[in-house]
Amino acid sequence: MAGALPQPSDAVPQPGAGLSAPVDGPPTTESGLTGETITLRVFKGQPGGEMGYATHQVPEVTGMVVLDAVHWVQRNEDSDLACRWNCKAGKCGSCSAEVNGHPVLMCKTRIDTLPRGPVTVQPMKSFPLIKDLVTDISRNYETNKLIPPFTAAPDDGTPWRIQQMDIDRLYEHRRCIECFLCQDVCHVNRSHDLSARFFGPRFFVRVASLEMHPKDILDRRDLLRDQGGLGYCNITKCCSEVCPEHIHITDNAIIPLKERVADAHWDPLRWVARKLRGSGTKAGEKAAAE
Amino acid sequence: MAQIRYDPPSMAAQVSPVAAVAKSGNGVGLRARLRRATPWWAQPLAIVVALGAFTVYSIWTSFFGPGPNHVSEHANYLSPFFSPLIWKTGPVTPALWVLWAPLGFRATCYYYRKSYYRAFFWDPPACAVGELRRRPYRGESRLPMVLNNLHRFFWYPAFIVVVLLWVDAFASFDDRGHLYLGLGTLILLVNAVLLSAYSFGCHAFRHAAGGGLDCYSCSQGGKARWRLWRVVTVFNGHHAAWAWVSMFSVVIAEVYIRLLQAGMPDPHLLVK
Repeated sequence: MAGALPQPSDAVPQPGAGLSAPVDGPPTTESGLTGETITLRVFKGQPGGEMGYATHQVPEVTGMVVLDAVHWVQRNEDSDLACRWNCKAGKCGSCSAEVNGHPVLMCKTRIDTLPRGPVTVQPMKSFPLIKDLVTDISRNYETNKLIPPFTAAPDDGTPWRIQQMDIDRLYEHRRCIECFLCQDVCHVNRSHDLSARFFGPRFFVRVASLEMHPKDILDRRDLLRDQGGLGYCNITKCCSEVCPEHIHITDNAIIPLKERVADAHWDPLRWVARKLRGSGTKAGEKAAAE
Repeated sequence: MAQIRYDPPSMAAQVSPVAAVAKSGNGVGLRARLRRATPWWAQPLAIVVALGAFTVYSIWTSFFGPGPNHVSEHANYLSPFFSPLIWKTGPVTPALWVLWAPLGFRATCYYYRKSYYRAFFWDPPACAVGELRRRPYRGESRLPMVLNNLHRFFWYPAFIVVVLLWVDAFASFDDRGHLYLGLGTLILLVNAVLLSAYSFGCHAFRHAAGGGLDCYSCSQGGKARWRLWRVVTVFNGHHAAWAWVSMFSVVIAEVYIRLLQAGMPDPHLLVK
């Protein structure tokens, strides 16, 4: 077994090359071998062609993650295996896949945390398949375009002075690495195929970070209710469970947004208060509060 | 597709001490390992059993139980299912005047919604597990589930009930001017504490407390609301745990009072 570490050129992904190019594998040494082998079942195939699972026996290495095993297969047995990856540090969000049916980052899933037995690796189910473990996630970027960006009041002069208490909760939203595991696991996309009418957890997080921003003046509540399909979410928290950045997507983004939509459409007391104050918009509410 | 087989090299027999530790699972999160090793149906099944038993017991004790109070020589305990005792006698059980508030609060609670959608409606039964549903999915965008948006309006009466449960708990300390410390007193007190922790960790209350503000530093009373929001957030972080323990504490208090009514003595200290 090769004991060489990956060369710098291997660590720099080339456009498109990460899909199928074999890489120099995990940085293993002989002393790191556990003496056991992993039965790795990897999905192979592409639309219009033959599809199924290829079984590989991979020597296990101490601390091995699933992406290491996939790289071992690419290097030793199947150089044509397509797998999207980049940083191998849980920060780029590229190597999203489903391991034993659970949506995970392959680079953060240690083999020794998995139950004994064959390890099955397959692409994300909610997105169209391109090849092997690679899916087409471009619809997420189309969804992103539907969200009005951050907009400050035109007369809100700079430089801004923002108090820490006003932005503390936004840091969590900004941790998102756009791995789209939450979009994959959400049953609204996965089982009901409603992605055309449903922003999905990742974009609710983005809207939450905009809506809670002290300097943003836009009101996206109607967008959330209508085009965003916020009502389709039934709070089953799978998005929070799979998030590799441990963002409390449901508690700190979706539920606060649902409450804000309820403020606008389900709360007659607030409706009366808005009428009395004459503040029907978010900007007006902010002005009234100040 | 053809199966690709591979014979591992002979050096695979070498095992390092570090590898042996890793193989045992040390250093890896217990919760992560448990979650991956637990079958997907275990949690829905447990929730069906627990919530189903609670529902059946609630109906039985409200409609067919022996009544709201236990009155003895010293203690006067009121079951939380009947507190406040608005109308003791009448054509319907007095629990009906009270139960709608906490039950409505729990039925629309964000945590319980997750639980019953998963366990009872299988929508979905677990993460990344297929569903049985074939008809169009509407989630909480149509009736009746869209009414869950009224959660905040159940919080107000549920809050009043919690306050009255504190009153009941403190009233049970009194035995005609003397301090009475019975096991029932302790149970009612713990019940009030747990219900308070559950109610004050509510997502709707968290929003009302300050979550709905965008700019704390530039709003009237913004800093006070920010502090309150942070406190509520601490309780909210364990909302599921508070939901379960408070539900069990209500049942324990209720069952204990039933046992007293059946003649069981109440262990106590009387301070004169």
